[in-house]
Amino acid sequence: MNQKNVVLFIAGILFGFGLAFGGMSKPETVLSFLSLEDYGLLVLMFSATGVNFFAINVIPRFMEKPLLGGEWKPRERKFGKHTLIGSIIFGIGWGLSGQCPGSAISSIGIGNLPVLVGIAGMFAGAYVMGRWFS
Amino acid sequence: MFPIGINSYLNGGVVIGVAVSFVYILTGTHATQSSIFTTTLSYFTKLPFFQRQVYLDSRVWRLYFASGVILGALVYTLTISPDGFWVTGLPLWKLGLGGFLVGFGTRLSRGCTSGHGISGLASLSVTSLYAVITFIGMGIITVIVVRTAGL
Repeated sequence: MNQKNVVLFIAGILFGFGLAFGGMSKPETVLSFLSLEDYGLLVLMFSATGVNFFAINVIPRFMEKPLLGGEWKPRERKFGKHTLIGSIIFGIGWGLSGQCPGSAISSIGIGNLPVLVGIAGMFAGAYVMGRWFS
Repeated sequence: MFPIGINSYLNGGVVIGVAVSFVYILTGTHATQSSIFTTTLSYFTKLPFFQRQVYLDSRVWRLYFASGVILGALVYTLTISPDGFWVTGLPLWKLGLGGFLVGFGTRLSRGCTSGHGISGLASLSVTSLYAVITFIGMGIITVIVVRTAGL
């Protein structure tokens, strides 16, 4: 197991712990946000983004490159119609099921086994998308 | 606005932020979620889309990452969770159909709540800002439609 895989495994444990702690592993929590009954998910999103903002924008001023090598590269994607159409379709699926990729994967860990049907759906959706563009 | 308070949300968010920052500071990689469906499919299909180098290069660490995510949620459940194990009340058709749309949509827009949300917004990406506004807006509209239709 190389270093990077170890780093990602440890980070995964933290990420999954955080998703469960913040309640996002439960589709019902996501739906309580999207129905505007509980704005807590915005707090979760802004706190996670805030910490990561520091890592991406401040840390590189004091360190030449990442500790294990590689380079600093903020995440940028070109905007296009696929961004918009994809986000619309994702939003519909999110509102219908209360699941997004990370929250669904973490949901297995809280014992929510019906989520496996949702994850199977995500694989199918990713396959159809990839097949369409092959 | 916050019927169960903000502490669990704030703590969960900070832990998630620490997780993605840890990966970025050590490796310069953005630890995001939705690509795992595409990269894992690369083991099972020879279609050229799935065999792109960027997917082959990241498919192993994404599996380690996802395994960690499952384990981390399990650790939470077995330690400080007030509920213990928990199962959703949503019907399977919503999970399956919703999952399909989530898989298709996130791959088409190249990002989900973590990629466009946590990593994209922290990178000050305008594309990600548009994406986040769009999927939250559509999510809200969808919930209204679903409830109005009595589904």
